[in-house]
Amino acid sequence: MRRLSLRFAAFGYLLVILLGPLAMLFWRIWAEGLGKAWSALIDADTVHAFKLTLEVASIAVPLNTIFGIVVGLAVVRRRFPGKGVVNAFVDLPLALSPVVVGLSLFLLFGRTGWFGPWFTAHGIQVLFALPAIVLVTVFVSVPYVAREVIPTLRELGEEQEQAAHTLGASGWQAFWRITLPSIRWAVIYGVVVTTARCLGEYGAVAVVSGSISGRTETATLRVQDYYENLDQAGAYGVALMLGLIAIVVLVLMTAFRPKDGAVR
Amino acid sequence: MEGRRLASASAIVALPRSERAGTALSLGFVTTYLSVIVALPIAALVWAARADGLSQFWFWVSQPEAVAALKLTLAVAALVALTNAVFGTLLAWVLVRDDFRGKPLVNAVIDLPFALPTIVAGLLVLALYGPDSPVHVHAAFTRTAIYLALLFVTLPFVVRTVQPVLYELDTDMEEAARSLGAREVVVFVRIVLPSILPGILSGVAMAFARAVGEIGAITLISGDRPFHTEVASVWILNASQSGNGTGAAAVAVLLLAIAFAVLLGVGGLRFFATRHERA
Repeated sequence: MRRLSLRFAAFGYLLVILLGPLAMLFWRIWAEGLGKAWSALIDADTVHAFKLTLEVASIAVPLNTIFGIVVGLAVVRRRFPGKGVVNAFVDLPLALSPVVVGLSLFLLFGRTGWFGPWFTAHGIQVLFALPAIVLVTVFVSVPYVAREVIPTLRELGEEQEQAAHTLGASGWQAFWRITLPSIRWAVIYGVVVTTARCLGEYGAVAVVSGSISGRTETATLRVQDYYENLDQAGAYGVALMLGLIAIVVLVLMTAFRPKDGAVR
Repeated sequence: MEGRRLASASAIVALPRSERAGTALSLGFVTTYLSVIVALPIAALVWAARADGLSQFWFWVSQPEAVAALKLTLAVAALVALTNAVFGTLLAWVLVRDDFRGKPLVNAVIDLPFALPTIVAGLLVLALYGPDSPVHVHAAFTRTAIYLALLFVTLPFVVRTVQPVLYELDTDMEEAARSLGAREVVVFVRIVLPSILPGILSGVAMAFARAVGEIGAITLISGDRPFHTEVASVWILNASQSGNGTGAAAVAVLLLAIAFAVLLGVGGLRFFATRHERA
């Protein structure tokens, strides 16, 4: 009896906080009319927003994947001074407001910032353009591959790599043949989470992009744009697309989740 | 043990020169990447916050509107973290100890807030608890709406830190306590809770940090009314967009300090929780 009441309290909370709002996505699309949502999705500016979002993710995800693997190997396998500082900076984006990230880049590349005048003098636009959007997105998604790779490498130990070295393998060979295959699921899981974070980033991009429709507006900014222009059907149309991507992400996360045995 | 130590010692001796070069290369890459992507922007922020002098910094962080926004942010974030401490622990308990059909599905759904863009989360909370709500709850542009949206985005943290600990926990001691006549509440408080407390606390800390910094889920829902529903991140965004870079940077530095404090706390908890493994 007690077990049942606990179960229903937990389900009730999920329903009120998570599943209720999720159901509204499909309910509202239905109520507003599929046609309106569809026309919002094929609007030229919406298509551009999704293209820009994918472009940004296609730069940020590979960068942070390579970085995540390298920093994971360094933190777990090497001794070096300042390891605590490296760890703190890798974790920082998990705890820091994206608005603060955006503002930092804004100040660095602004008119009076350290780098602003140089880039302006050389005719390179950073703020309100692709470079700033990419930079903030890379910043906010730094931790995710590293956080998956580090515990996996710890658990793996280095006996196999040392055996490979003893047998004459170079560091590079040992990495490709031994280390990378052993951590591949952790890397894939990290890549999925990183991708979700890059596609869904809002706060940091809102500060630096300028939200110009058809130019620097990403998919999440497009949702806000439609909503603030009182086009509910448009906002829900773009949200539906982002929601469907999230469901795919969720399926992939479940498939590649590190096996800690918590649920069978 | 001795053999293993010897083996690794010989491996260090036998470390080829290319390997040492590789170490230097990877450390160089890590340092450069973190400096350019993370450290330089943060340095620029701190620099901008103190550029007009310390008195200007205090002026901006003691502005009534900024103070109200900071107070609201901290209060709501604390409430959100506490709520999810209770329900996150409950969800973790149900996922580990209970048995029901569709458990893998419920387990997968927990991660939805990590997969869904937060602005969509805000839009959906507004759809359910805003104007023309199907359940007749009209919370739009109130603090309640902020609370609900933040509960949505921070739901997974405590579940995901408690779940693995609870799974590893042996039930022998609980059985022993029960057979000695302890009530369920006593078993939970005296036996289960001490083991999962570090997990709960680090989940709570991460949820708190996330709630303090969140903007996407809040921007549509809060209506940012100054002194009423304007949270710190929204205040910073508004200040930076109205050209008040110094003011925005000053409040942002406070959020940065909170972020570092939370990470330090979580690091301390991890250190405490793994003390037996190190000894």
